[in-house]
Amino acid sequence: MAFEGLADRLQSTIKKITGKGKVSEQDVKEMTREVRLALLEADVNFKVVKDLIKRIKERAIGQEVMESLTPGQQVIKVVKEELTELMGGENSKIAVADRAPTVVMMVGLQGAGKTTTTGKLANLLRKKHNRSPLLVACDVYRPAAIKQLETLGEQLTMPVFSMGTEANPVDIATKAIEKAREEHHDYVIIDTAGRLHVDNELMDELQEIKANVKPDEIFLVVDSMTGQDAVNVAESFNEQLDLSGVVLTKLDGDTRGGAALSIKAVTDKPIKFAGMGEKLDQLEAFHPERMASRILGMGDVLSLIEKAQTNVDEKQAKELEEKMRTMSFTFDDFLEQMGQVKNMGPLDDLMAMIPGASKMKGLKNAQLDEKQLSHVEAIIQSMTKKERQDPSLMNASRKKRIAKGSGTSVSQVNRLLKQFDEMKKMMKQMTNMQKGKKGKGMKFPFM
Amino acid sequence: MGFMDKFKNRFKQDENAEEVSTKYKEGMKKSRQTFSGKINDLIARYRKVDEDFFEELEEVLISADVGVTTVMDLVEELKMEVKRQNIKDTKDIKEVISEKLVEIYYGDDDEKIEGLKLDKEDLSVILVVGVNGAGKTTSIGKLANQLKSQGKKVVLAAGDTFRAGAIEQLEVWGERAGVDVIKQGAGSDPAAVIFDGIKSAKAKNADVLICDTAGRLQNKVNLMNELSKVKRVIEREVPNAPHEVLLVLDATTGQNALNQAKTFSEATNVSGIVLTKLDGTAKGGIVLAIRKELNIPVKYVGLGEKIDDLQEFNAHAFVYGLFADMLEETE
Ligand SMILES: Nc1nc2c(ncn2[C@@H]2O[C@H](COP(=O)(O)OP(=O)(O)OP(=O)(O)O)[C@@H](O)[C@H]2O)c(=O)[nH]1
Ligand SMILES: Nc1nc2c(ncn2[C@@H]2O[C@H](COP(=O)(O)OP(=O)(O)OP(=O)(O)O)[C@@H](O)[C@H]2O)c(=O)[nH]1
Ligand SMILES: [Mg+2]
Ligand SMILES: [Mg+2]
Repeated sequence: MAFEGLADRLQSTIKKITGKGKVSEQDVKEMTREVRLALLEADVNFKVVKDLIKRIKERAIGQEVMESLTPGQQVIKVVKEELTELMGGENSKIAVADRAPTVVMMVGLQGAGKTTTTGKLANLLRKKHNRSPLLVACDVYRPAAIKQLETLGEQLTMPVFSMGTEANPVDIATKAIEKAREEHHDYVIIDTAGRLHVDNELMDELQEIKANVKPDEIFLVVDSMTGQDAVNVAESFNEQLDLSGVVLTKLDGDTRGGAALSIKAVTDKPIKFAGMGEKLDQLEAFHPERMASRILGMGDVLSLIEKAQTNVDEKQAKELEEKMRTMSFTFDDFLEQMGQVKNMGPLDDLMAMIPGASKMKGLKNAQLDEKQLSHVEAIIQSMTKKERQDPSLMNASRKKRIAKGSGTSVSQVNRLLKQFDEMKKMMKQMTNMQKGKKGKGMKFPFM
Repeated sequence: MGFMDKFKNRFKQDENAEEVSTKYKEGMKKSRQTFSGKINDLIARYRKVDEDFFEELEEVLISADVGVTTVMDLVEELKMEVKRQNIKDTKDIKEVISEKLVEIYYGDDDEKIEGLKLDKEDLSVILVVGVNGAGKTTSIGKLANQLKSQGKKVVLAAGDTFRAGAIEQLEVWGERAGVDVIKQGAGSDPAAVIFDGIKSAKAKNADVLICDTAGRLQNKVNLMNELSKVKRVIEREVPNAPHEVLLVLDATTGQNALNQAKTFSEATNVSGIVLTKLDGTAKGGIVLAIRKELNIPVKYVGLGEKIDDLQEFNAHAFVYGLFADMLEETE
């Protein structure tokens, strides 16, 4: 009953289609039938699927088959590219108003995660952007909605503006802006009640709030488990409010999340953030490319795409190996490698793809923690060009500066430097070992 | 007697069928309009039953979240039926479509209407589970109100000690329904709260204890274990309990609902589903697949946020609601 990933579905088809030359119409037909099923099972809206399949057919038929690829792999490559294209680039910016406060409004269906995301966003604004937000409780309908936001405010030690359940949400929002000005808050985040997109009265209320407070951002909060109806919801909210972005919640679940694709297709608004849990620090920038992989059935497809790009990879891998052998591997290379890995999707899935990796217990912990990876990234990015090339330059004051710049601690910087050093040593050993075996492994040197 | 006549007769025999059907028709208006509307559209546009017709029928069903596998099976069966009965005109296929869909809803137990299975003498315990934001707490409020109005003494246990404001939310529903809420502080052990709830319900000589739990995604192993533990406490403290384990499912959910039903069943042996938010435009078609593949019946549907927006699920009425337009047209 579990949903097969696209790769599972395609295994047999791919094997069947192995002739070289051009991708034939028959190849494409067989492949796209499976692609269609996989997308539908992932909850991508059927109209969106239809359009996609049409484009994929147009592009794939008659294409020259790349060296080292089978026609089947070639079609997958096109599929992945089309999905990635549709998902768009990464964009997790939050508007800044010319004149403070910047006003952000959260809207969406019941239970999507608006109130929780309001808290998370406030947390992110303070932590990452050093802002001081005011939270506003405009849900006067749901039992204990105000209490919920107030509790989140307490947890964050952040102020929450509310006027009880008798007040009108439009008034509450308007007064909150005044209050924010008086108290010098640079952001105002308005939590609104969940509502159906077809509830005219409540949709009017949102329009009225919008007209009064002129928000700089209106985020539609959508549950990533949403099915075919996602298009209706997103289209309707967008038509009535002209959204500025979307937040996809509950992505820590095991849903394929095809709704993401549907929403992007009908609104053409960026999905900016992903909710990755119930806790207030579990909001992340949304990675469209990872999402595309996830919808397709995650890492397994990536391994195929990886294969499809062996040409490039092999050259890079060679260079890398050379660098490792000669110990000239720098933090820049490290960063680049990390970027490549991050692009490939959630690390756990990646691990599942590496033969034998799941059996190596040691690999399962700290180094594969995605949050830790982003710390590492931040630290390296805070280094100067010279420091990245030559870690031996590092001294106490440089370390202090780097820690400050990356929002980490000196001991974290020290730990990374030590790890990097050890890693280089290990790499050297490994490459020497492999030389004799004509292996060309070493895809993920820092693992 | 034709299928439709049989169906209508059976429906008429149902005592309060009329009332139920009106409520359903109202609550389901939006879903029905879009769903049946689409099928009617389809039938109007195609005069002949051909490949194009079936392809579009597939889409209508998929857009109702019925799920690809179920839809493909259904369409296969339909094609066979069409061949067997030598149906050429789309007008005549209407009945066959409804018949097949109804078949899936009913499964083998054709005549059974699935109410709550409660103990008539002793304390009954209902455990309510589901993913985050599905509508558990709201449905508990509505259900408490319904049971109370049937003359039952109801107690609620605030087993969601995690989410901000969850206890207070249940307390408001307790007030609205006029029933007691047993709680401990935020962050306390859910199993301990439920244990307290049972003791208190027994002391109060209550008929029904409904246990709220925190929302959790089914892939979180620790949280699912926590739920199993809560269930074990109930089993230990009350014979034959829990009498019902209700999985609350948001009708807007797509194919993941199947995973939900499967995993929650593994952890707590789900006995029925509450399908919420059917007052929106989502059709909750995944219920078909869940019934077909896991044989879990739907017991209630949520049709709004107010206290009386909960209807007992009535398979006849539900299907009638979906196909009302079509039935009326065939007359
Ligand atoms: N696992 C997980 N749970 C989440 C996430 N975001 C929100 N939730 C949970 O989803 C449930 C609903 O969240 P709320 O923030 O109350 O949703 P809402 O949109 O404000 O709901 P209404 O105000 O009733 O419309 C709560 O149990 C949250 O803890 C997420 O990213 N992951
Ligand atoms: N329109 C509509 N909204 C509903 C229905 N049932 C619940 N809701 C709304 O959905 C939102 C979430 O409901 P809750 O009862 O808090 O859901 P929950 O499953 O207890 O959520 P968590 O405890 O956070 O996991 C609230 O805004 C409810 O008012 C329904 O049948 N129709
Ligand atoms: Mg809320
Ligand atoms: Mg709840």
